[in-house]
Amino acid sequence: MELNAVTIGFFVFTILTLGGGLGVVTTRNLFQGTIWLMVSLFGVAGYFVLLSAPFLAAVQVLVYIGAIAILITFAVMLTRSVTRINERYIRTIPSFVASLALFLVLLFGITVPIFGDYPSEMAPTVVMTTRDLGVALVEGNGYVAPFLLASVLLTAAMIGAIFIARDEDS
Amino acid sequence: MVPLWMYLAVAAALFCIGVFGVLSRRNAVAILMGVELMLNAVNINLVAFWRYSETATPLLLNGYAFTAFVLIIAAAEAAVGLAIIITVYRNRRSVIPEEADTLKG
Repeated sequence: MELNAVTIGFFVFTILTLGGGLGVVTTRNLFQGTIWLMVSLFGVAGYFVLLSAPFLAAVQVLVYIGAIAILITFAVMLTRSVTRINERYIRTIPSFVASLALFLVLLFGITVPIFGDYPSEMAPTVVMTTRDLGVALVEGNGYVAPFLLASVLLTAAMIGAIFIARDEDS
Repeated sequence: MVPLWMYLAVAAALFCIGVFGVLSRRNAVAILMGVELMLNAVNINLVAFWRYSETATPLLLNGYAFTAFVLIIAAAEAAVGLAIIITVYRNRRSVIPEEADTLKG
């Protein structure tokens, strides 16, 4: 594997993603955990750029870092009983063993080609523009059904969230 | 060129970090953060498989569409989950899932 821009970028984003993820699950302060979550999500956005999906990277930054992480920050601030929890972790050792075992099983499945060999090279460069995605989302033989389903789901979830979180007295 | 299995290994590691967070945390918000990590790991897998498959043409956007769908589900899940957490906190002054046991028989 030669050292070029893609490889260096891959390692940088790996450090961002996995380091941020470890920060999320190990930090005791939930505010810092939210910041680590943003770091990790930014690393994932970098992977999307490397995998020639720039639109997904932009959506990742907008939706995840811009909306979901801020939403989690609000939830942390609105539920200030965080300081009251003395025991922040439960069943730490069994959880660690379970997740490590899962990782080893997954790694075995990834590195040992049981289901045939992997393509070692990327598919030839695809010129994928956002326009193509927009056309595919509304085209008859494209992705109309998932598009409409996602729209209905998102609307229902937003109405449900407002309804659940509404204060009964007001 | 980075081979496919490295993307898959990173995604597996991120998924297992998320599993650890979900299993070991007591705070409901922290559990939701673990779930977000797991969803992101799945997204990396979907895009990587799409990029490395030989059918990655502009007209076949399976990986793209799948990932966008997962992103939308994650947004909906975060909104509803945090609304539930805030309501439980308002009623019980607690964000620990074990203490929300009103429906327990």
